[in-house]
Amino acid sequence: MKEKLQDIRDKALASIEQAKDASMINDIKVAILGKKGELTQVLKSMKDVAPEDRPKVGQLVNEARQSIEEKLEAKLKSINNAVRVEKMKREIIDVTLPGVKKIQGHRHPNQIAVEDLERVFIGMGYEVVRGPEIEYDKYNFELLNIPANHPAKDEQDTFYITKDILLRTQTSPVQARIMEQGKLPIRILSPGRVFRSDEVDATHSPSFHQVEGLVIDKNITMADLKGTLDQFAKEFFGENTKTKFRPHHFPFTEPSAEVDITCFKCGGKGCRVCKGSGWIEILGCGMVHPHVLEMCGIDPEVYSGFAFGIGLERVTLLKYEIDDMRLLYENDMRFLNQF
Amino acid sequence: MNTPISWLKAYVPDLDVDINEFVDAMTLSGSHVEGYEKKDKNLEKIVVGRIEKIEKHPDADKLIVCQVNVGSETVQIVTGAPNVKENDLVPVVLDGGRVAGGHDGEPLPEEGIKIKKGKLRGIESFGMMCSIEELGSSRDFYPEAPEYGIYVFPEDAGVKPGDDAVAALGLNDAVVEYEITSNRVDCFSMIGMAREAAATFEKEFIPPVVTVKGSGGNVNDYISVEVKDTDLCTRYTARVVTDIKIGPSPKWMRDRLAAQGIRSINNLVDITNYVMEEYGQPMHAYDLASIAGNKIVVRRAKDGDTFTTLDGQERKMDKDVLMICDGEKEIGIAGIMGGENSMVTDDIKTLLFEAACFDGTNIRLSTKRIGLMTDAAAKFVKGLDPNLAIEAMNRACQLIEELGCGKVVDGVVDVYPNPVSEIELAFEPDKMNRLLGTDVSDEQMLEYFDRLGIKYNRETNMLAIPTFRQDIKCMADLAEEVGRFYGYDNIPTTLPKGEATAGKKGYAERIEDEVRIICEGNGFSGAMCYSFESPKVFDKLLIPADDKARCAIEISNPLGEDFSIMRTIPLNGILTSIATNYNRRNKDARLYELANVYIPKSLPLTELPDEKMKLTMAMYGSGDFFDLKGVLEEMFEKLGFGKEVTFKPTGDHTFLHPGRQADIEKGKLQIGYMGQLHPEAADNYGIKAEVYVAVINMDVITMLSTFDRKYEGIAKFPAVTRDLSMVVDKSIFVGQIEAVIKKCGGKLLEKLTLFDVYEGEQVAEGKKSVAYSMTFRAKDKTLEDAEVGKIIDNIVAELGKLGITLRA
Repeated sequence: MKEKLQDIRDKALASIEQAKDASMINDIKVAILGKKGELTQVLKSMKDVAPEDRPKVGQLVNEARQSIEEKLEAKLKSINNAVRVEKMKREIIDVTLPGVKKIQGHRHPNQIAVEDLERVFIGMGYEVVRGPEIEYDKYNFELLNIPANHPAKDEQDTFYITKDILLRTQTSPVQARIMEQGKLPIRILSPGRVFRSDEVDATHSPSFHQVEGLVIDKNITMADLKGTLDQFAKEFFGENTKTKFRPHHFPFTEPSAEVDITCFKCGGKGCRVCKGSGWIEILGCGMVHPHVLEMCGIDPEVYSGFAFGIGLERVTLLKYEIDDMRLLYENDMRFLNQF
Repeated sequence: MNTPISWLKAYVPDLDVDINEFVDAMTLSGSHVEGYEKKDKNLEKIVVGRIEKIEKHPDADKLIVCQVNVGSETVQIVTGAPNVKENDLVPVVLDGGRVAGGHDGEPLPEEGIKIKKGKLRGIESFGMMCSIEELGSSRDFYPEAPEYGIYVFPEDAGVKPGDDAVAALGLNDAVVEYEITSNRVDCFSMIGMAREAAATFEKEFIPPVVTVKGSGGNVNDYISVEVKDTDLCTRYTARVVTDIKIGPSPKWMRDRLAAQGIRSINNLVDITNYVMEEYGQPMHAYDLASIAGNKIVVRRAKDGDTFTTLDGQERKMDKDVLMICDGEKEIGIAGIMGGENSMVTDDIKTLLFEAACFDGTNIRLSTKRIGLMTDAAAKFVKGLDPNLAIEAMNRACQLIEELGCGKVVDGVVDVYPNPVSEIELAFEPDKMNRLLGTDVSDEQMLEYFDRLGIKYNRETNMLAIPTFRQDIKCMADLAEEVGRFYGYDNIPTTLPKGEATAGKKGYAERIEDEVRIICEGNGFSGAMCYSFESPKVFDKLLIPADDKARCAIEISNPLGEDFSIMRTIPLNGILTSIATNYNRRNKDARLYELANVYIPKSLPLTELPDEKMKLTMAMYGSGDFFDLKGVLEEMFEKLGFGKEVTFKPTGDHTFLHPGRQADIEKGKLQIGYMGQLHPEAADNYGIKAEVYVAVINMDVITMLSTFDRKYEGIAKFPAVTRDLSMVVDKSIFVGQIEAVIKKCGGKLLEKLTLFDVYEGEQVAEGKKSVAYSMTFRAKDKTLEDAEVGKIIDNIVAELGKLGITLRA
């Protein structure tokens, strides 16, 4: 019995080894393990074995069966693998052919810049708010310490609708509106369209965008303003960016400053972008004028704050090295597709 | 504002800094330097030489050979200049040196011209004698220089061979240009800038000591002054000078004016120019002989008056223009320009000097109305300190005496009804430190103030602000003075402490972000268009004459008609951009814009208009109505309200193709509209392609959108699918068929897909074939065929009412 099993097993393993394809493997499987297969026959003849020997014989049969099954499976796998390798050889493609693209639209570079700015300041706890683009003189000028006949009104070349209603020349009126609402503390960022009577050319547009920031709380200092804008510059323009605060004048802040950053193109060595100076003027800022706080109903003895305004187009043009502002309003697909 | 360094040094003698250091420090203390020009940037190795001997060139008639003593040695120089003679002292550039330009006065080369020894017609020459043009200047500023030829130092120049010729000519100077902010009126003067420079570099500031000796007499015997409009003329001072002697100014004055780019005319004109530069106070000189009645009257002009200014132009006046008059007539426009009738000529014997303070705003508005801006007016518009007038007046008279230009009559006429005096502010160092975030000591602060002429009274703890600093009115203003001299760069950098706030965007902004992503995902790029446009766009867009859209807000002072109204419909901007792309032969263009239109509540505006945010989309090239519609459908779905949005056929939009436009609605809410641009409108924009547009009301979108989602479970029970193919009148829109199917299908109808629309041979004339696939499914059981059958019967019956039959 034992010999017979050994014989079946040896022959089976040998023929499996010889098998060339999946159907031959199947034939072998049927011939040995199938209903009428050799090994099945042996199992059927178990009844002739003495009862005390049956467990032992049973075990032998199972062992033979297991080793044949394992061999069948291994052989089948290797045959399939070989077939697949052959198939893949016929399936070689030219991977250098172009990909199939779905047309994607592109974000306007000005929009990318504003979103980058928003991201930085939202991370610092600022809420993005908006204000009207057609505005009362009161918010655009009066509450910002720019009374009637102030030369700043000329300087800014305001578009008027009526005597009291105008196209806002800055995003600062949003400051006044938010302060007037009286909910303290304030940390806002207000991007938006502004208008000034400048003829269209490579560096001017009668319509452009500013991003206004305002913080009002107890104990806000100019050092906080410096720290905030320093952090902004590093996050927006790169870790190694340095800032330079220069005294300046704005009617609604005191003290006031203009801020230069080290040129992001050359890192401060001097290049075409920074006109050789190593620095780029990027924004105006200052401590909110106590009179402005008062006019907006905030007690300057208790609260202080700072404000800053960034010219968005300036940032966009510098960042993307766009040499003509008119491109931003032309919307030529060949321009937009680059962003 | 420009200042030559040399002039500043007249008041800050210890100012001895490198130009780069000067520029940086001044900028950081608040006088923003825009640029500077070194007059000697290309002048190298130029010394004074004395011509010892002149001989004829052996081989050239027009050349001479000079032996020139340049101090350390005598060098041979060949020149063609006709004007030199032996013993002349001349500027000599030595071998290896550099000059600014050629003798022809052409524009100066950036790098100058290098001078090397060489041979002229065989004779060696070891340098060059220079003309004033070669030194980068001109006869305008060195009138003693010859028209053609070498500059020869005047006998009284006090130079000797070997001296630095550039220094001797005063060309070792730099002119610095500043951007002065409008609040710092005092800085539009040499004295003001000198005070800033002295404070910045901690050097002594020595302003001129002004004394007028006088020569007897009494000014009141010569002139009286009446100011009728004291609101527009806050101060008027007058002095009289007799025995006027017109002549050239001294060299030092000519040099300073030259450094500032002002050409010397004569002593009298130069003095008024000099004082205006020095003090920032314009002066005016009248010939007393031309003043009728020995009287000056300052009053407003009358509407319709005309006046001839000294440039010979006749100008129209009005009642808000302030005039200077004599006893009979108008003789000048106050603060702007004198009259032809009182002009000073070389025959003048007795002079009337005017130094006044006129209201800056009035001067500014007057210059605009008259259309005449002058150097004097430019000073007045900044709003001068009235106390400056008397200082400048006396300074001018002092110079008259010093220059021997005339005799100053004793006394001053000074009409100054409401004198301006120093204001006092409390010294609050703690508050200033708290505002700045610094820890500057009291003593340090007081030192900064002292440098600026702000005096401290320890007993009262008050600071006296000089009247020339009209910008300092409160603690914050003083804190800025502390800040800028402590140095903004020395202020620490900290972050705001206190209550934390949540950074966020508003809901509407979040929806806009989603809309951008969807537009861009479908090939639309972000556009940016102007908010104002021409009223002609309404015709271009075929908007009827009585349409509400034509009620647009007009700008009262637009840049031109093309930018004169605020847009009420957002299409023009994007269509203009589409046209730009089309004209530039870009194959496809897909653009979107998110921006406001401006809808007035009434016209003319009495309150702010509604600013309505619109999403505008436009495209041409690949894709049609249904591509655009698909983008919108996908957008609405993603924003959580896709179901039950209808695209209702309409013909209301005159600028769209009458048969290809739809209103987009959800219930009663108007989401917007879309369609093909009317071919005539497209023509008006010069676009010969089919343009598809959509305008979406973002306020409605924001209201409808939701980020709430509830998981519904994935269907457990099998679905039943049925197809229906039908023959329909062409005039019936599939929207009507879908409405019937949806109504009959109810909750069990899971999905409805249109899979075929066909018109042609196999369908009768005037008919089309439409085929739908419907999927039915129940959430709680397996649907029986019979149930679905009943629904289908119902649908067929209802469709039958529209005259629709199933296709055989």
